[in-house]
Amino acid sequence: MEIHEYQAKAILADYGVAIPEGGLAYSPEQAAYRASEIGGEQWVVKAQIHSGARGKAGGIKLCSHEREVAEAADDLLGKRLVTQQTGERGKGVYRLYVEAAVAAESEIYLGFVLDRSAERLMVVASVAGGTDIEEIVAQDPGSIVRVNVEPAVGLQAFEAREIAFAVALDPSLVPSAVQLMTACHRMILDLDATMLEINPLAVTTDGRLLALDAKMIFDDNALFRHQNVSELRDKSQEDPRERTAVDRGLSYVGLDGNIGCIINGAGLAMATMDMIKHAGGEPANFLDIGGGASPERVLKAFRLVLSDDSVEAVLVNIFAGINRCDWVAEGVVQALRQLEVPVPVVVRLSGTNVDEGRQILADADVGVITADSLAEAGSRAVESIGRAA
Amino acid sequence: MSIILDENTPVIVQGVTGRIATFHTNDMAEYGTNVVGGVTPGKGGTTHCGVDVFDTMKQAVSATEATASIVFVPPPFAADAIMEAADAGIEHCVCITEGIPVQDMIRVKRYLRRYQHAKRMCLIGPNCAGVISPGKSMLGIMPSHIYERGPVGIVSRSGTLGYEAASQLKAEGIGVSTSVGIGGDPINGSSFLDHLKRFENDNETEAVVMIGEIGGLQEAQAAAYARDHMHKPVVGYIAGLTAPKGRTMGHAGAIVSTVGESAAEKVQIMRECGVTIVKLPSDFGAVVPKVLRR
Repeated sequence: MEIHEYQAKAILADYGVAIPEGGLAYSPEQAAYRASEIGGEQWVVKAQIHSGARGKAGGIKLCSHEREVAEAADDLLGKRLVTQQTGERGKGVYRLYVEAAVAAESEIYLGFVLDRSAERLMVVASVAGGTDIEEIVAQDPGSIVRVNVEPAVGLQAFEAREIAFAVALDPSLVPSAVQLMTACHRMILDLDATMLEINPLAVTTDGRLLALDAKMIFDDNALFRHQNVSELRDKSQEDPRERTAVDRGLSYVGLDGNIGCIINGAGLAMATMDMIKHAGGEPANFLDIGGGASPERVLKAFRLVLSDDSVEAVLVNIFAGINRCDWVAEGVVQALRQLEVPVPVVVRLSGTNVDEGRQILADADVGVITADSLAEAGSRAVESIGRAA
Repeated sequence: MSIILDENTPVIVQGVTGRIATFHTNDMAEYGTNVVGGVTPGKGGTTHCGVDVFDTMKQAVSATEATASIVFVPPPFAADAIMEAADAGIEHCVCITEGIPVQDMIRVKRYLRRYQHAKRMCLIGPNCAGVISPGKSMLGIMPSHIYERGPVGIVSRSGTLGYEAASQLKAEGIGVSTSVGIGGDPINGSSFLDHLKRFENDNETEAVVMIGEIGGLQEAQAAAYARDHMHKPVVGYIAGLTAPKGRTMGHAGAIVSTVGESAAEKVQIMRECGVTIVKLPSDFGAVVPKVLRR
């Protein structure tokens, strides 16, 4: 789960990391008022969306007058901001963060990520802060320092010191850098974050370390033990179809094609998408109905897939182990009887209770196209497009 | 032989009294798995699915001499159950549970390393379909009727794609020595590499099918091992050619985030290592017989 910059900064501040003075605004008036509260002569107005690269997309504006702050806020609020990471639909801007502008002498990149190969957390740092880590990797890979954290003891002071010296911090700043990194590591452990990025971490002209931007991602699987983190979820930043899917216990990713997919198992779902592509079609979505799917869950999956207007055929591909083909078949029958299904439906069933499942489909006579193998499923789905349901 | 388990391997079911565990315990016993006991803390002294229930893994192992276990414990408690199995001296532990927090798995992996390599528990999963040695024993949730006993080893991240491969082989009259699901989580117990080594040393296995997907670098490591150390042919498939970058495709681990994690890159690496590539998931049945005939 992602959270906003202002939320991430509030968490960091709780752990003793210094951040610029700032405040949240929902309207131009509030934004201007926040600026007057903060004081000073320059402010940044920052669109709060779940995406990086906001600056290049015009989502961050430097202002030198309270009136400019209000104008920037007026311009940003309600807009859909398209960044390199959002896809073409962009993300809606409904909250702004107004912050004191900071004179930075230098900028550092500091990240904590999961290193799958080492099966540990990794601290990543670079002197080339202020640009995306992808760009740093491409342009200045030699500047990157990586340290794996031993899980039994956590991040040690000497490791943090090595990182601080490696990113050329002034020796007078090293103790506070060590404190900052240790605090970040503690936060990650406490709250089950899987990613923290402070980019840039500024060295100010008056010699302090200040987190100018912060991004955090939390482990969805660990939210059960962090009610306070769950509360930070902002549904306005999620794809509406994917949001519905999560709420219904389905795993869904919207794509650009026209063949709606209802499949069990993530691997088979990806493989089926590959089959569709090979047969000359394009999948409209990834959808895994999970294990032990009831007829009701299958019905919900149909509703979700059909809510995408670009869907011109539906492919149900089930290889049941922990699932049951008869339950899935009942779900298909219910969907075709209860919903308006204006497109052809191709069904392939295999595995547990397959004979019962196929019998249910045959008896119901609801006009589905059946397929016996994965290859048939892919090609029949593609061929079915344009045919009457 | 076969790898990991056979008809004699004594098995404990962790979380045995749960609804899903009950169903699969009966299913496994019916298949021939030597289920010797179960563990549910607080229910020790009772019986369930025809076996004794114990409060702790240590009690269960000392009473039954079990060497394998299967975990059906809910996600908040599953990491704990895995470590308990390791501490009780279990050799092979299959964890079916999906949704274990990443930090719990980091802790589990670190914990397992406190044992010397020879005595270290082999964890299979989590978030996997388990292990089956057809005709002998099943430690998992797979539909057993699709497996025929034979010379092909299968190791797969995805449960359902492992089923797909096994059933295509069966349709060609080809059986399986052992099929292992290693699970779809970003941090998992045993890797493709671990099981390729086992299959290479197993006298019943003549060829190995390796089914990967986007995310992580385990397939590449395994392919390098196949090139350098294996005498048996390896057939490989990677799911997710059409998956967009930066999106998690169902499995928590199925996300392309860095170089070398996309399906196209993995296929390229595997091919360069001499792995026979199955281009389409419908072609396991067509490709494997050719490799076996060589």
